[in-house]
Amino acid sequence: MKNNKTKLTPEEHRLFGDLMPEELEDVLHSGFNRRHFVKLMGMATAGLLASYALGAEQLFARAVEMEDIPDLIPEAIENGVTVNFKVNSTARNVLVDSRMTLLDTLRERIGLTGSKKGCDHGQCGACTVIVDGQRVLSCLTLAATCQGKSVITIEGLAKDNELNPMQAAFLKHDGFQCGFCTPGQICSAVALMKEAKEGQASFATKNISTDPKSIILSDEEIAERMSGNICRCGAYPNIVAAIKEAQTGENVPQNWLFTD
Amino acid sequence: MKSFKFSAVNNPAEAITLINKNTDAAFLGGGTNLLDLMKEHVALPNEIIDIGNLSLKEIKATASGISLGALAKNTATANHPLIRKNFPMLSKAILAGASAQIRNMATNGGNLLQRTRCSYFYDIATPCNKRNPGSGCAALEGFNRMHAIFGWTRECVAVYPSDMSIALSALNANVKVLSSERERIIPFQDFHILPGAHPEKDNSLQHGELITAIELPKNDFAEHSAYIKIRDRNSYAFALVSVAAGLTLNGNTIQAASIAMGGVAHKPWRALNAEAYLKDKAATAANFAKAAEAEMALAQPLAHNKFKIEMGKKALINALETAFKGNI
Repeated sequence: MKNNKTKLTPEEHRLFGDLMPEELEDVLHSGFNRRHFVKLMGMATAGLLASYALGAEQLFARAVEMEDIPDLIPEAIENGVTVNFKVNSTARNVLVDSRMTLLDTLRERIGLTGSKKGCDHGQCGACTVIVDGQRVLSCLTLAATCQGKSVITIEGLAKDNELNPMQAAFLKHDGFQCGFCTPGQICSAVALMKEAKEGQASFATKNISTDPKSIILSDEEIAERMSGNICRCGAYPNIVAAIKEAQTGENVPQNWLFTD
Repeated sequence: MKSFKFSAVNNPAEAITLINKNTDAAFLGGGTNLLDLMKEHVALPNEIIDIGNLSLKEIKATASGISLGALAKNTATANHPLIRKNFPMLSKAILAGASAQIRNMATNGGNLLQRTRCSYFYDIATPCNKRNPGSGCAALEGFNRMHAIFGWTRECVAVYPSDMSIALSALNANVKVLSSERERIIPFQDFHILPGAHPEKDNSLQHGELITAIELPKNDFAEHSAYIKIRDRNSYAFALVSVAAGLTLNGNTIQAASIAMGGVAHKPWRALNAEAYLKDKAATAANFAKAAEAEMALAQPLAHNKFKIEMGKKALINALETAFKGNI
């Protein structure tokens, strides 16, 4: 971590001071990193964050700042390929083994562990990222083929402290349980918004032979178009609700309720 | 994954020169099937030639029909206004396959070269003549619910997985192929091959040849065409049975029918018996049923896939009825 990358807001300062006092110095000095994030997530699960919602949400939204990518020792790479590409708008230059997938490069070399390795065989969608505007599977993409391309991951969707509307909709509608498939679901859904706007068809589209025009997605269309993202927790109804809300910008009733 | 040398090329000639130097080299298109096979140690190239930068991505009208660039993505092809309007059966077939993410990556040429999803082909601990010639076929006496009912041999009972190719077969497409010596056109019916005694070969492409385009001749059944797919779940699954059908009609009389089936054979299965039966017949439910009977009478099911005969009949009838009604 580079020094002082993260400027804490007063709410965030209070949050760390109260909940994680032993980490405060570290965060102030080195920035907010994955370890802090994981600890914070643990507290969120335990319900400790309720009164700090504002500060916590900003921290979750903020793209984690990373240091330069260290080269591996030459012996660790059999057929080296140097790749220059953009990840979340930041230029990256990384030497990889020709076998390395984009997913492993993001996670293991660049330190962006938001994209998940579910099946590693193109069957689950947990590794979905957006490359040059298209949602693709990073587990079936060789990093070596990404020269000159622009990759957006879950870490790059929020703008500063503001969540992407799709992220906010997933939170509101509880579009997840364990959260493992969520980065892939959200990247997939964000790209889907552009596809629907362009009038791209799906297998569920009626009258396919007519000219493409922008469409508001039905539940059936959303299910078909999101079928490449598997959710083992079965949060599908909530994911569909979140996508509908993000697409229309109108309130969609939540499928869940607080009970006494 | 076995280690491999990686190079990216900028034009077809460069790609062909490189691949001619190494019989263990492979072209990389979208990688959605090849990478998976390499991770499983089923495909073991020692050199990968990335052809993703070649400019073979154009979809354009030609004098005889439409030409699809071999490296145009499946998504771009399915959504191209020329394809949606003139070949809606192809759009529908492409969109029936895989997921949005995979269709964004997969190329047209690569779609043709997909390998079977037979689980014994994927499992390197089991015998498979396609993966390891001469080792036997584990599916013949194994779990063969997903396997072939037409054209199989004791050497191989696998089915060919592509949806796109089923439509291309019914559309009488041509595959344009370039090598260092020549350019040649392979009619779609001759592109994929039945297993015979050499199931290790899926198609008639030679090492050193590069698919440059797929050509679709004009037809007069765009409004009367259909692609029906039956699978274990409603989306993102390979076909148990699929049917692409196009009807050239004169009023209620069928002048010609063009029908291909997926999920039933080692290649797109052109339903020639059904086509012959329907020629110059009235487009009635009774004739659709008889055509379906005529085709499925050729089926030779394995232990676990007898259901595909009845399913095939119903899928054929459904596709013919949908095509007749029009409005795909």
